[in-house]
Amino acid sequence: MNESQQTAFEDIKETVGDVTVDNPKMCLKNIDVFYGDKQAIYDVSLDIANNEVIAMIGPSGCGKSTFLRCMNRMNDTIPSCRVSGEMMLDGEDLYGPSLDPVLLRARVGMVFQKPNPFAKSIYDNVAYGPRIHGLANNRAELDDIVVNSLQKAGLFSEVQDRLDAPGTSLSGGQQQRLCIARTIAVSPEVILMDEPCSALDPIATARIEELIDELRQNYAIAIVTHSMQQAARVSQRTAYFHLGKLVEVGATNTIFTNPTHELTENYITGRFG
Amino acid sequence: MSPATLLLLALLLGLATFAFGRYKALSIARSKGGNRYLHSLPGHYGMMVGLWCVLPALAILLAWQLFETPVTNSLLDSAVPQSISDKGEKAVELYKNDIRNIVSADQLDQVTDPDKKHAALRLNHLNSFSRIALLIVMLSAALIGAALAYRKIKASTEARTVVERILHVFLVSCASIAILTTIGIVFSVLFEAIRFFQQVSFLEFVSGTKWSPQTAIRTDQVGSSGSFGAVPLFVGTLLISAIAMLVAVPFGLLSAIYLAEYASPRARSIIKPLLEVLAGIPTVVYGFFAALTVAPLIRGLGESIGLSVSSESALAAGIVVGIMIIPFVSSLSDDVITAVPQAMRDGSYGLGATKSETVRKVVFPAALPGIVGGILLAASRAIGETMIVVMAAGLAANLTVNPLEAVTTVTVQIVTLLTGDQEFDSAKTLAAFALGLMLFVTTLMLNIIALHVVRRYREQYE
Amino acid sequence: MNNSDKSNAGAASGLPTPANKDTTSIVKASLKRRYAAEKRFKLYGILSICASIGFLVILMVSIFSKGWPAFIGTYMQLDITLDQDTLGVTPQSSYKELRAANYSKLINNALLERFPDVSKRKEKRALYKLVSSGAEYQLSAHVINDPSMIGQSIKMWVAADDEVSALIKYKANLDEPENITTRLSEKQIAWTKQMLDAGEIKTGLNKAFFTNGDSREPEQAGIRAALVGSAFTLLITFLLSFPVAVAAAIYLEEFAPQNRWTDLVEVNINNLAAVPSIVFGLLGLAVFINFFSLPRSAPIVGGIVLSLMTLPTIIIASRAALKAVPPSIREAARGLGASPQQVVWHHVLPLAMPGILTGTIIGLAQALGETAPLLMIGMVAFIVDVPSSITDAATVLPVQVFLWADSPERAFVEKTSAAIIVLLAFLILMNAVAVLLRKKFERRW
Repeated sequence: MNESQQTAFEDIKETVGDVTVDNPKMCLKNIDVFYGDKQAIYDVSLDIANNEVIAMIGPSGCGKSTFLRCMNRMNDTIPSCRVSGEMMLDGEDLYGPSLDPVLLRARVGMVFQKPNPFAKSIYDNVAYGPRIHGLANNRAELDDIVVNSLQKAGLFSEVQDRLDAPGTSLSGGQQQRLCIARTIAVSPEVILMDEPCSALDPIATARIEELIDELRQNYAIAIVTHSMQQAARVSQRTAYFHLGKLVEVGATNTIFTNPTHELTENYITGRFG
Repeated sequence: MSPATLLLLALLLGLATFAFGRYKALSIARSKGGNRYLHSLPGHYGMMVGLWCVLPALAILLAWQLFETPVTNSLLDSAVPQSISDKGEKAVELYKNDIRNIVSADQLDQVTDPDKKHAALRLNHLNSFSRIALLIVMLSAALIGAALAYRKIKASTEARTVVERILHVFLVSCASIAILTTIGIVFSVLFEAIRFFQQVSFLEFVSGTKWSPQTAIRTDQVGSSGSFGAVPLFVGTLLISAIAMLVAVPFGLLSAIYLAEYASPRARSIIKPLLEVLAGIPTVVYGFFAALTVAPLIRGLGESIGLSVSSESALAAGIVVGIMIIPFVSSLSDDVITAVPQAMRDGSYGLGATKSETVRKVVFPAALPGIVGGILLAASRAIGETMIVVMAAGLAANLTVNPLEAVTTVTVQIVTLLTGDQEFDSAKTLAAFALGLMLFVTTLMLNIIALHVVRRYREQYE
Repeated sequence: MNNSDKSNAGAASGLPTPANKDTTSIVKASLKRRYAAEKRFKLYGILSICASIGFLVILMVSIFSKGWPAFIGTYMQLDITLDQDTLGVTPQSSYKELRAANYSKLINNALLERFPDVSKRKEKRALYKLVSSGAEYQLSAHVINDPSMIGQSIKMWVAADDEVSALIKYKANLDEPENITTRLSEKQIAWTKQMLDAGEIKTGLNKAFFTNGDSREPEQAGIRAALVGSAFTLLITFLLSFPVAVAAAIYLEEFAPQNRWTDLVEVNINNLAAVPSIVFGLLGLAVFINFFSLPRSAPIVGGIVLSLMTLPTIIIASRAALKAVPPSIREAARGLGASPQQVVWHHVLPLAMPGILTGTIIGLAQALGETAPLLMIGMVAFIVDVPSSITDAATVLPVQVFLWADSPERAFVEKTSAAIIVLLAFLILMNAVAVLLRKKFERRW
């Protein structure tokens, strides 16, 4: 970071652009995240809207993944991590008594950077969520959920004759779609995606991006990506993070064609990152 | 001179010749104008000479130690009186043994029997000749070796290469000792076992249900070779091992899961070493504990609810073997569980699973192959465990699966058959080797399978 | 039902709508049950850890509570008249004569003097039994040390019989002899009480336990012979296993080519680490004793067998230590023109040494506690004399434990536990050294 950027960073007092939306699915306000003594997120506020994909971009280490993981309290699994701020899902406090992590994560699903299928069959991978939550009353219902989820993830036609094969036997792209199928099998309301294509080849990436676009019809989706092109392709809104601060939020088109903040512009034009 | 003195002598000679070799190399270097005109460092020349001095001497010393007794023993034959040698090989062996004891205890002047005195004197003579011969042979080998190497020293001699080649051979042979040990084990148990199976049929051994080797001590009449049906031993071994696994697997596995998934780093750093203490306690201590504390306790408990419990019940021995094995199961499982990638756990948490659901339904199935491997290794420990069962299980070869009765095991029988004084060639002692063969083969197979499974598992997540 | 209906409806329209309300309510309803299961599962883990550690505590408590009295000796003070006539020696007598003198008579006389009213033969014999049969050796040693005492009267503390000792150590109530389980008669108890009240019985550190060899008499049995035997055996084990294991580890880690021979060696090492120890005993018996005619019961054979057994442990630990030395160090040395062996001897090995030593100590600790293979090679003999070389018949500490555990006398339970305490103390010491070594030299690259 050169000197002008340094001053620019210190200048980030307030996020440029409107962080709120009219009909938010999730509202996050004044979020601070600490790992031990180190602060990873500084006072970030952002709303997630229904039926929309919001992309979070920024150089590596800017806190975008950390922020994403706040939204379904995945940071709870890291002992040294502390989160403060106001977080709401449909007006319910994420840390309130009516929403505990189990319920929250059932409603806010997550797809991870590296495909992480369980050491189980394809069927059992998808059926895992419905089983632990007791969403199906019998085998037929469970079959329905599995088939539907695989269809929605665009994987069914490829695996329908080998549902008993281990999930790990699939290719990387298929594994990632399996993980998406696994996530939607629980019928979540929000899907968080943490660089879902970073471990995939371009063809598999294209397939997943198509899928994300289709899923937008029914879910609120937040995606973290290190690829600006991907953000431009799949998202409607974009948030630019820099060193733990949210620099700029806006419609994807605006951000990529006419960024307001100097840092955003530098990043978009490829001067660093 | 005792072997230790000779060893010291050889080493001192080596040091001295090292100094000579180094000195010669240094003077060559000086005449040429510096060390850099030498192929190797002066010390390498010294080492070359020293090694050529010590190695032949050590080889001779070792060979002498190993073969001195057998050779003097056979040379003693001529001194054995006719009356004894007529009685057969065993009598001759006994007689020679006697002579050797007299000589080694230095009681020559107390011998009255002229034949014995003659033999003892002969052995004494042989021994002193052997000692002097060893000294001469060893010293000359050392000096000749050193002299040859010393003469070879020139500026162009590749002393470092020579020294490193010798060291390399040393390294390779040390690594090969593992194979030699295995071969040694296989041959020692196999040969004696084959001799046993010449006397008792293999079929009777593996299918017979009556085990009473004691009768075999009696005279060598035909047919009085005792009963060597080892089925009760196998059943007893399996029974005790099964009880042990029933104790060790749940406790060990649950402890491992708690340590790997729930315990804070601090708690882990305290609990793990404590569990390892259990593994470090000698088995003889467990045996004492089993015999003195656990067995009476179980007997008392059984009697208080109206069961008759043997004071050497399989249950007591099995439980204590199980306690001994808990740390094996827990530390092997702990390794395997922590090797399951965090991403897999995250995937499960991300779907809203609780921790225990994640552990039971995601982590455990993923770790299962490795855990099974660990359990097999632990089972092989249980089967081969000796001291606990020797001290806490019985000697009576009952064919039963009732854990409250006394049973005996393969290892217990090996120990009882081989401790105490009996001739080495009796069917009774050979039976111990046949049992040893069974034990070795079983545990070897378990180990190979287990190590293979664990290795495949590791590779999967690497 | 609702759930799948909706999904189906969704499937019909191309993309299903999520059944949010259902998921929320179903999950909510299941939460209580699932958190209870979570708690239960965690509890199982805690319970099994507590049980495992509980076993350890029970074992330790049971051994320590039984073993501590063995470290305490009970002594009686007697006024002994070193009467020249009874002894049959003078201060000028030779060592041999002094040793052969009748000291037990003196002790018996001293006891009779202490209790002058004892006159019947049977009673006298009962009285003599209050003192350990080892007391005469104690007295003899005392006199030989300073023969000028002969003819004088001395006060001396001599070891009491083990039954008397048990009464004192376990603080039996001597006023109610009928409640005491002992082989002593009521008379003997009364005498003991009399001496105790007069302050003529004391307890102190039982030195004999550390200075004597084995004995059939519990109060005289000590662990010195076993300790020395263990030391000899362990010395052999170290001298053989350490260089060989380090050499093997260096070869496998630094020089071995990737081929089948190397694979075979590795598989063998891993397997040997899991072969039951008693099988090594069979190997020792068949190869070293029967084939090479090495002496039975000797530390040399025990040491060889134990080093074969310990080799895999040390090799595996040494390889790990060598592997932990970063390749950059090797590259740096090689870059300066060092030969591959010089790289190892000068750079890699010194850096790996702490790890190798830690592994060696742990391997030796294992060898120190090993019993079964030593039984096979005859180290179970009853050994009174302290071995003076590696070819003398000897026993080792764990075998001594085994032998004493088999003895019928009750007092041996105490001895066994005490020997175990000593054994455990050595093991703890060795492991502590290993841990310290690791802590001190642990290096993160």
